[in-house]
Amino acid sequence: MPIDKSMNVLIVDDYKTMLRIIRNLLKQIEFHNVEEATDGADALAKLRTGHFGLVISDWNMAPMTGLQLLQEVRADARLGATPFIMITAESKTENVVAAKQAGVSNYIVKPFNAETLREKIEKVLGNA
Amino acid sequence: MPDAVLATVSAIADRLSSISGRFPGAEPELVADVVRAVLGMSDDDPDNSETSLIAEVEELGRTIASAKAEIAALRVDDITDNHIPSATDELDAIVAHTAAATDQILETCETLDRVAGELTGEPAAQLQDATTRIYEACGFQDITGQRITKVVATLKTIEAKVAHMVAAFGSSANRLARADAMPDPSLLLNGPQLPAAAMDQSDIDKLLASFD
Repeated sequence: MPIDKSMNVLIVDDYKTMLRIIRNLLKQIEFHNVEEATDGADALAKLRTGHFGLVISDWNMAPMTGLQLLQEVRADARLGATPFIMITAESKTENVVAAKQAGVSNYIVKPFNAETLREKIEKVLGNA
Repeated sequence: MPDAVLATVSAIADRLSSISGRFPGAEPELVADVVRAVLGMSDDDPDNSETSLIAEVEELGRTIASAKAEIAALRVDDITDNHIPSATDELDAIVAHTAAATDQILETCETLDRVAGELTGEPAAQLQDATTRIYEACGFQDITGQRITKVVATLKTIEAKVAHMVAAFGSSANRLARADAMPDPSLLLNGPQLPAAAMDQSDIDKLLASFD
């Protein structure tokens, strides 16, 4: 099934440089409708008032971590099925296991490249 | 061990505990007072075991006094008041400088992207490929920032532990953050792993696939 690249994508990172990088990489793979959130609470508020086909979030944020954001999304009746990709430098087994148990759709470890981002998005949206 | 020696040990422990309770900043010299006091409790001359025990307690007192002198010579106040704050400031400056440089690189790269959009064919593809590589490489700033944050946290831990040690030895240098200001370890915020120990993307993919 072809992927609808006109969907809204929410990227979440407390580090603005990283948001800028991900936004540009998404633009290069033709996702142009990208919104940004700089922490978990901001992301949750945007998700609850908008319509997003994909969330791409960092883990290491405060006060709400990416994992807590994922748990909130999965616990929300309307948002629960939203594809959610974690992009993080947290690469320990315990992190990946915790994310999977919380319902992450895929997991990208930093540093990553554009091809990995494209591949994981296609995989997640292809299965959505 | 003879009962008399056990009784002596017990008496010494009791006196030490009592003095420690009454005088939290007790000087090591008080240990010698305790020894003399315990000696005074006995009607008889100390036997060999008691003498040996007393010698060990005195040696302990000297060791504590020596450690205090060495810590004072180290000028730990300098470490906690100057060196560590200076090091953390330097590291913060590194993060700020590299962030500013990265933003400039990204801005330039976005300009190149716009130019690529006006081109067609192979030149456009080549230019876009180049900008993609630059975007990818700029991710270094996030990774190095997280690593530096970990180093700063480690420095703060050292600072707290040094302060704790100084406080335990009765120094006045007890002005530092407590060890319980450490970040909560339960949040799984391990940060980037060192390359030799880190899982790469293929390891992550295998681990995720193992759940399916």
